[in-house]
Amino acid sequence: MTPFTYHSPATLDEASALLLESPDARVIAGGMTLIPTLKQGLARVDRLIDLAGIEALYGIETRGNTLRIGAMTRHHDVATSPLVLARLPGLATLAKGIGDFQVRNRGTIGGSVANNDPAADYPAALLALGATVITNRRQIAAEAFFTGMFGTALEEGELIAAVAFPADIRCAYAKFANPVSGYAMAGTFVALAEGGVRVAVTGAGPGVFRSTLHEAALRERLHPDAARSVPLPEDGMISDFHATAAYRAHLVSVMTARALEELLS
Amino acid sequence: MSREPTSRVEIEVNGQIVAHDVPNRTLLVDFLRDVLDLTGTHTGCDTSQCGACTVHLDGIAIKSCTIFAVQAHDKVVTTIEGLDPDGRHPLQTCFQECHALQCGFCTPGMIMAAASLLNVVPEPDAEDVREALEGNLCRCTGYQPIVEAVLRASKELAQ
Ligand SMILES: Cc1cc2nc3c(=O)[nH]c(=O)nc-3n(C[C@H](O)[C@H](O)[C@H](O)COP(=O)(O)OP(=O)(O)OC[C@H]3O[C@@H](n4cnc5c(N)ncnc54)[C@H](O)[C@@H]3O)c2cc1C
Repeated sequence: MTPFTYHSPATLDEASALLLESPDARVIAGGMTLIPTLKQGLARVDRLIDLAGIEALYGIETRGNTLRIGAMTRHHDVATSPLVLARLPGLATLAKGIGDFQVRNRGTIGGSVANNDPAADYPAALLALGATVITNRRQIAAEAFFTGMFGTALEEGELIAAVAFPADIRCAYAKFANPVSGYAMAGTFVALAEGGVRVAVTGAGPGVFRSTLHEAALRERLHPDAARSVPLPEDGMISDFHATAAYRAHLVSVMTARALEELLS
Repeated sequence: MSREPTSRVEIEVNGQIVAHDVPNRTLLVDFLRDVLDLTGTHTGCDTSQCGACTVHLDGIAIKSCTIFAVQAHDKVVTTIEGLDPDGRHPLQTCFQECHALQCGFCTPGMIMAAASLLNVVPEPDAEDVREALEGNLCRCTGYQPIVEAVLRASKELAQ
């Protein structure tokens, strides 16, 4: 790890200005991804900008039909929030299944969404629920925000302030966690949104995606068996020493069925 | 960069305010062990997996290998040394009584994670305990005695 200066701004605008000062400047939220990455030498930082002191980034609130979750809200807070439990319980379940106790006590929704790890849990919820990412500059629909493995629509100096979810949508999440890392080998978020059922998948492909095959099958028949029998092609699935592409494709159908079972119960 | 950038870090550790100038890249675990000589907190995997380095930050269990000391500035940190002045916290005595350790390397982290659970869930069941200790690896015990020790300690504390 190379030396860096440390900054603790009080506003998002200040953080953004600091970020633009150097190509190697980075913001830190919970540090649960950034610090391991720095230790491994996979990233370099010369200015570390801590978002922890920015009050406006904390908290969960409802505004009409949306549930707004501040970027610095920790996974533990989402998992235990009475608001989330009442209005989007599927999202609370997802947060409760991220990493472990200590990771949930530090890791944040903003960091997870900005990082867009292909096996991260939150991106599936954002995509299935049609959430909006609110930055210091604009609002970005989830569909446009995630742009493939570790890719996002965030521009230079652009930071996530919050994520806005439509509330009161019946939804559920099921993940098949890698027994070692806890990350999803396939995780499926199913939402009964206004426009119909939406199925978003993480962990199985090179980035979060909507499974239109499952959505079509469930439009025909909203039943776990319908999801289970979808033969998702293995093309485009990740294949590594944990699981083959065919295995992951199969897992997606099983996880979709499990999420739906949960949702309909 | 000519000189390593440092920060003045002031933290309340185990009830005492400490203040030191440290390089910004100093991890909290190294600050505790190397600067304060509090070697009860262990570095195990150093990759955020094993939980041996677990301490409390403002009363909540975190992995001290995955936070910089400067991020704990102005906060309260409790390590295994600060849990009980005599080392006789019910979790500590119950770990002994239940044979919840063999080599003992993971034990401080296990106890700090369990203490954090008991702060919010004073009467957990075995499932709660297993969930809270998911981020703590033990290669000796097979976990069963650890779960028993935490459950027994919770009962003692509730009395
Ligand atoms: C042992 C372990 C197990 C884990 N298991 C899982 C799991 O099962 N599922 C899962 O989804 N995740 C898992 N994670 C990752 C965890 O969820 C992290 O919390 C998350 O990926 C990053 O959040 P963070 O707040 O720690 O961000 P950081 O590590 O601080 O930052 C991550 C990246 O996002 C950027 N960033 C942070 N905040 C913002 C912002 N507001 N705007 C713009 N950019 C920002 C940073 O510059 C950095 O590049 C695990 C991590 C560990 C260590």
